[in-house]
Amino acid sequence: MSDIKQNAVNKTTIPEQEVVLSLYKSADKIYARSVSGLFNNWRWVMVWATQLFFYGVPWLQWDGRQAMLFDLDAKRFYIFGLIFHPQDLIYLSFLLIVSALSLFLFTAIAGRLWCGYTCPQTVYTEIYMWMENKIEGDRIARMRLDDSKWNLNKLTRKSLKQFAWIAFGLWTGVTFVGYFSSIRELVPNIVNWQLGGWETFWICFYGFATYGNAGYMREQVCKYMCPYARFQSAMFDDDTMIVTYDEARGEPRGARSKKAGENANGLGSCIDCSICVQVCPTGIDIRKGLQYECIGCGACIDACDDVMDKMGYAKGLIKYSTQNGITNRWSRQQMLQRLLRPRVIIYTTILLALTIGMVVSLYFKPDFRLDVLRDRAVMSRYTDEGMIENVYNLKLENDTEAVHDYALKVTGLEGLVVHFADENSQDFKGLRPFETRNVVIELELPDGVTRAGSHKIFFEMTDLQTSEAVKEKSVFIVPSN
Amino acid sequence: MNDFVNGFWPIWISTITLGGIAFCVGLLIFASRVKVPLDSDNTNGHEWDGIKEMNNPLPMWWVGLFIITVIFGLTYLYLFPGLGTYNGKFGWSEVKQYEAEVAKNNAKIAPLYAKYAAMPVEEVAKIPEARDIGKRIFLNNCAACHGSDAKGSRGFPNLTDNDWLYGGSPDTIKLTINNGRNGIMPPMAAAVGSEEDVKNVANYVLSLSGSIHDSGRANAGKDKFVVCAACHGPEGKGNQAIGAPNLTDNIWLHGQGEAAIIKRIHEGKNNVMPAWKEKFSPEQIHLLTAYVWGLSNK
Repeated sequence: MSDIKQNAVNKTTIPEQEVVLSLYKSADKIYARSVSGLFNNWRWVMVWATQLFFYGVPWLQWDGRQAMLFDLDAKRFYIFGLIFHPQDLIYLSFLLIVSALSLFLFTAIAGRLWCGYTCPQTVYTEIYMWMENKIEGDRIARMRLDDSKWNLNKLTRKSLKQFAWIAFGLWTGVTFVGYFSSIRELVPNIVNWQLGGWETFWICFYGFATYGNAGYMREQVCKYMCPYARFQSAMFDDDTMIVTYDEARGEPRGARSKKAGENANGLGSCIDCSICVQVCPTGIDIRKGLQYECIGCGACIDACDDVMDKMGYAKGLIKYSTQNGITNRWSRQQMLQRLLRPRVIIYTTILLALTIGMVVSLYFKPDFRLDVLRDRAVMSRYTDEGMIENVYNLKLENDTEAVHDYALKVTGLEGLVVHFADENSQDFKGLRPFETRNVVIELELPDGVTRAGSHKIFFEMTDLQTSEAVKEKSVFIVPSN
Repeated sequence: MNDFVNGFWPIWISTITLGGIAFCVGLLIFASRVKVPLDSDNTNGHEWDGIKEMNNPLPMWWVGLFIITVIFGLTYLYLFPGLGTYNGKFGWSEVKQYEAEVAKNNAKIAPLYAKYAAMPVEEVAKIPEARDIGKRIFLNNCAACHGSDAKGSRGFPNLTDNDWLYGGSPDTIKLTINNGRNGIMPPMAAAVGSEEDVKNVANYVLSLSGSIHDSGRANAGKDKFVVCAACHGPEGKGNQAIGAPNLTDNIWLHGQGEAAIIKRIHEGKNNVMPAWKEKFSPEQIHLLTAYVWGLSNK
């Protein structure tokens, strides 16, 4: 808190002095004051939305199984009607690219929206701070409690808080593991004390991570660990909406009586109550301008608006505004007009194209896979009947949860005859759910039908139930002698 | 790390590794003692192009993590290889890990194979489930040469007919898979005689299987076939004891026709089938044998 006092002192009144400090320092604990207002309400909306999703989804059922389950043992990932396999990694890449681009887009438009409202670090810190607030009281009460000697009151409150924090953390861990290991079996297993080693480990690990990050590390994660804080400035420009302090209106700051009026004694609108600093979860002073520690949560806006209201001044001394807006005293309308700048349009276009592409390709994603492995050692040979023969190894995988039949057709070269090498697996009928069938096929072509060399052919597999078809390219080789 | 035969490189690696860690620790200690002169606006006087360096001390927990990392690094280097030729306290190596995993996997699948291992090959070959296991082993390991359908190609024997270079009994097949085979035909042209003689012998060989040939040349070559008979037998029916092919059937491992035979007489051939007993357990070989035997004994 010494920092605040130091900032509050007018620089020019004391001569510059040299203070020696170590390069390492224990981080000061931040006692963020609770705040209410528009942006805080928005954050709570996002807390509820994200957490209802996180805690609720594992309990949903779909076709007699868990709706969202990442079954690592079976290497299958269920998301409602969609089933993914490790070979569908491309969709994960798609998702990550879309997420990254969304981050770019939202950051270009309105700064660290992600950090302030939806990042798990923020969301869990908000929940943990709420619990802390309910049990230990608001800022002043908490500071007083920490300073006081240990007594029954302090012991009760501190242990109650630890209990609440740990319980919530563990439940988060259970839910997390519930995405990978059926939660409807997991929870009874916990009750019956029959957890597997890995499940126990991950519940404890994730629980501890939640407890440690949201209870203790808080802003330290944003300031020292999160890479986003470091490169966000590359996505900002002069038209990005950021949390700003209106310096022209606020300075010179100074305390005054309520009766004195907004601009008494040549002062600006800032009454230097430092509440914006007290509410800041990362402990910065927004009046010093944009800093990398600012997670754009808008708590200082809510707090300042509240103070401005009480003083009878106009709101918006601290507000969402752009660098251009502040410098040129633009109206909200003028700032919004700058929304459609090239960078935003380009981001939006790429994002839309990728999202549509992803949805379309997911929609047309076939429910089975066909791999054609051409024998390389046996390039081509003659049968006793004088036919040219090539050998292929077909791998067909049924990716659905039902039994399916398939039909094979080979096209691309006139006169090709399909011959099954092994009567053991003569066809593609009755593939069980997730069964992979390996079938060796010989393709025969009468000699002299076509020129020597490599010919493009296609293996077409059709699902007899859904008429869905998959076409795989391969080659047929005709020898030259 | 045994690749380092020169004594210099292990020392070089160790010096860089340990020196790097020592440097990091030194930097940490050095930086903890340096004091920063601080101006009242929280800058330390460094300025470059209008940008002032602020005093943002590193949090202590970060220093703690740094120390933990150093301790972890040193412990790791003590337990595992990483310093030149030092093998580490545990003596861990990739080869050992691989062998341990293979052993673990073999132990896991052992019950699956146990019941088949007790049955004779002929019986096992009748069980579809066992054939499927054998087929998978075949596709992953043997198909590269013999083809996915086991019918081979030029130079690689067809396993689905009933013609065997070394014999087709289950025991012989198992022996072939276990130990591999090395079939040698030496270049015989000099022993046979002149170029004409070679051509005549080739035609005689063709006549043995009733293939298209010049009967005049075949008659002329019959006497010269004596040198071939040492391996292929006086009637050209081959010798399974040494893997000499039967020349009287119409199965040609290295190509059909006069030109192909002349080429073999001139150049000879060294045919190698690798040994597999190191890679598979005896139970797996048993199933593989059953699959291969079953291909020609349906």
